[in-house]
Amino acid sequence: MAEMHDAIKVVMTKEEISRTVKRLAAEIVEKHGNVKNLVIIGIQTRGVHLARRIINEMVAAQLTPSADDVAFGKLDITLYRDDISTISTTPLIRETEIPFDITDKKIILVDDVVFTGRSIRAAMDELMDFGRPRSIELAVLVDRGHRELPIEPNYVGKKFVTAREESISVELEEVDGQDRIVLKTISSGDAHV
Amino acid sequence: MFNHKDLLDLEHLDKKEIELILETAKPFKSMFTRSIKKVPTLRGKTVVNLFYEPSTRTRTSFEIASKRLSADVVNVAVANSSVVKGESLIDTGKVLEAMKADFIIIRHSLAGAPAILARNLNARIINAGDGFHEHPTQGLLDMYTILEKKKRIAGLKVLLVGDILHSRVAKSNIWALKKMGADVRVVGPPTLIPPAIEDFGVKVFYDLDEALKDVDVINILRIQLERQQDNLFPSVHEYVALYQMNGDRLRLAKHDVLIMHPGPMNRGIEISSEVADSAAAVINEQVTNGIAVRMAVLYLLSGQKDKI
Repeated sequence: MAEMHDAIKVVMTKEEISRTVKRLAAEIVEKHGNVKNLVIIGIQTRGVHLARRIINEMVAAQLTPSADDVAFGKLDITLYRDDISTISTTPLIRETEIPFDITDKKIILVDDVVFTGRSIRAAMDELMDFGRPRSIELAVLVDRGHRELPIEPNYVGKKFVTAREESISVELEEVDGQDRIVLKTISSGDAHV
Repeated sequence: MFNHKDLLDLEHLDKKEIELILETAKPFKSMFTRSIKKVPTLRGKTVVNLFYEPSTRTRTSFEIASKRLSADVVNVAVANSSVVKGESLIDTGKVLEAMKADFIIIRHSLAGAPAILARNLNARIINAGDGFHEHPTQGLLDMYTILEKKKRIAGLKVLLVGDILHSRVAKSNIWALKKMGADVRVVGPPTLIPPAIEDFGVKVFYDLDEALKDVDVINILRIQLERQQDNLFPSVHEYVALYQMNGDRLRLAKHDVLIMHPGPMNRGIEISSEVADSAAAVINEQVTNGIAVRMAVLYLLSGQKDKI
């Protein structure tokens, strides 16, 4: 298959990811002054782990006394995707867990990569079905461009200029066994992310 | 993943596929406690409920499941339709497909009717009960309920009580329970136990008190009173004496036994009110779980763009 010809390049190491998550945590608290009314919601799967890491960094940097002070949720966007009737097998639905009222909260949505913006559109629609938040902001580890919707992240770990046929994959220890970000150039042309 | 166009029975699903459906039903059930119990997944799709036999609970359950997925639902009341004017099943299906039905949920008194539609139509067909054959979504919601309450199915002792012969619920339960690794027993009057049912790996009992010893789950089937007219059991009174699940029998069972019933219940016949309203009964939860399981089935069948 295509893998044989794929060129793989590590574009971010474990240390760089760790520094970047720290910076994202600091930027969020700096912008809002404190964590009061803040809700951090990760998009399944890797966004959930990044959201947890961001909260841990807030505690480590003493931006908040304990992780319990920051409301944390998980969001699975599968049922809100706009391409569900065009894909051949329906994807596995993961857990959505927002065990509190989001009305009037300031939501920080966390994902690993922002690409076309369609996942974020789905995530926002889903959140609106849970209540009426005061605001929604977006924090991502990687912005790789190629937006198809007018969606811009508020907090960006790193921007990469990519070609459409390339793929960026964020690997996290919790899911993939190691922390790194790799850029793949797929020579066969069937790009996907 | 799930590579079927239709859901016709549980006989032809494997353990992994049953597990996938049960796993998929979980996030749908968690939606039910939200203020907006609805997702846009099947927006623009049309679901037709085609019921050739009366049904309130199954039809309503499919209707709610479809609506919570944002599909449009049409109920065809066969008694008022062109079917009474003699239209064939396949022709009826073709008409619904010409109206762009994406899913047809069918209940029919003849076993195999859903399979006939499935072979002749591109629409997804879901069997909501066909003759004495199967009622797969009932079997799945029973598995879901057992799994939720007992945390496992493998190794459990499950007893089905009553009219096994005419019960499509029993057939779907037996297929699913055996695939999931449960130890299945049936009990009922000899005339209502199908011959050679032991070949399915099922243990047959004729004495309820003996059968319910050590079981983890008792699934009580509805007794259809017209069977007595067919002389399959001598009298309702005798059935009640021998096979009614009542308080005295409940006290013979394990203290944490689950009491299930697919509904509608004949209180005072196959189940006493004491048992139906006891803490062991999960009959209303079965109804709630039915919606989640049917949403999961609709969702899983909605893939495969070449066929929809």
